Amino acid sequence: MANQETVLTVENLGVKFDDNEVLKGLNFFVQKGDVLAIVGPNGSGKSVLFRALLGLVPYSGKIQWAPRLKVSYVPQKFNIDKDMPLSVEEFLKFKEKKSERIINALKSVGITDEHHIEHHILNQRIGWLSGGQIQRVLIAWSILDNPDILLFDEPTAGIDVGGEETIYNLLKKLKDERGFTILLISHDLNIVYKYANNVICVNKEMVCYGEPHMVLDPVSLAKLYGGEAGFYKHEHGHDH
Amino acid sequence: MTTNPLFLQLLVGTLIGLGAGYLGSFMILKRMSLVGDVISHVALPGIAVALIFEINPFFGAFTALFLAIVGIWFLERRTELPSETLVGIFFALSLALGILITPEPELLEALFGDIAKIGPTDALITFALIAIIFFTMFRIYRELTISIISKQLAQSMGINVSKTSFLFLLLVAAIVAIGLKVTGVFLMGALVIVPAAAAKNVSIGLARFTKLAALFGGISALGGILFANYFNLHPGPIVVLASGVVFLLTLLFKK
Repeated sequence: MANQETVLTVENLGVKFDDNEVLKGLNFFVQKGDVLAIVGPNGSGKSVLFRALLGLVPYSGKIQWAPRLKVSYVPQKFNIDKDMPLSVEEFLKFKEKKSERIINALKSVGITDEHHIEHHILNQRIGWLSGGQIQRVLIAWSILDNPDILLFDEPTAGIDVGGEETIYNLLKKLKDERGFTILLISHDLNIVYKYANNVICVNKEMVCYGEPHMVLDPVSLAKLYGGEAGFYKHEHGHDH
Repeated sequence: MTTNPLFLQLLVGTLIGLGAGYLGSFMILKRMSLVGDVISHVALPGIAVALIFEINPFFGAFTALFLAIVGIWFLERRTELPSETLVGIFFALSLALGILITPEPELLEALFGDIAKIGPTDALITFALIAIIFFTMFRIYRELTISIISKQLAQSMGINVSKTSFLFLLLVAAIVAIGLKVTGVFLMGALVIVPAAAAKNVSIGLARFTKLAALFGGISALGGILFANYFNLHPGPIVVLASGVVFLLTLLFKK
């Protein structure tokens, strides 16, 4: 542990909108190469936590990033519909002008055939792609400028179960190859067990924090989701 | 009032069509077609007040449109989507009020426009505004588009979403205010939205969409004014009908 570099330290973090306390008393840290999952029910402040980490909302407490880190963020909400006249190439060029870098990023996210990239991806309307393909393009977008840290808010929202696995395997591959540190919000505890080395359970406050199979016990899950999610432990428990 | 040479009418009309079509493409991207379509109605009370105080109606129209834009911008900030119901009610009421207080001799011109009566001041304002519109859009179209795709993404990239949107809406107010001379209060919104809607039918990407929208706007104005002049018809409605013809044609080649 000693040789690992801490990239983010959060101490006593709180966020208030008007008089409404959205987050309070969060304490955690992230080390280089970590995959930290943030879980919690809808409206528990997960997305707000990301926005606070990015400095987009006012907060109290301490958020300290290691110096000279490049953070890339993929939000959950995108207004891309089938109708939107915007090609994949135009979208990616908003971030990076060089075509070869764009092609490399698309190859990194598993769209490997250059002919396919040029003729069936880049010149397509982004809204015409399938959910999984759009997600790949968004991940390509996020790695275009060689970031150190990736923040993903529900990277598989709107993708079928098989597709979800593919996207997470891709993220894992990218992390292994390029040494990214990844923070991701997920609703799927299976994914958390499988891919994250640390997890924070957030429901306004921090309900649990640590390695997934250590801290996602019935007590904290009940506290997090209101008593009904205890069976998750049963499915994934290490007692059998 | 004297009628200005056809050349000047065509030049001013075409420039306004280009600007309206181009800005219209981003109104459609922002899913503000309805707002774009009826925003010109708000100008009427402004024109009326300007006429009563004997100032150039452009400034009255622009002031009214500016206030409407601030209102829409405020709604945008407060909620995720512009409130269509409020816009629909507020804009219709403005139109009703405007019709009541506009001096009768000028009412017809205000409602339907009359490009034959543009003066040198209007022409100069048009040149300046079109230059400002294209220059500003060249600077902000990237930020604006990213903001439309995802507000959160834009913010995380350091884009001031709210300022970008305000600047854009200000340009829309300007093009509508100056365009009232061409099509009038009733139809100027259509010149913003219809050419852009046509361009969307035949475009995959943004570059082609926005350029075609400008082109279709320009062609509609040019063709409409020429046609109206030849057959001695009122140019405003003909310009909008011309954009409608372009729209119908693009349906044949819809992507």
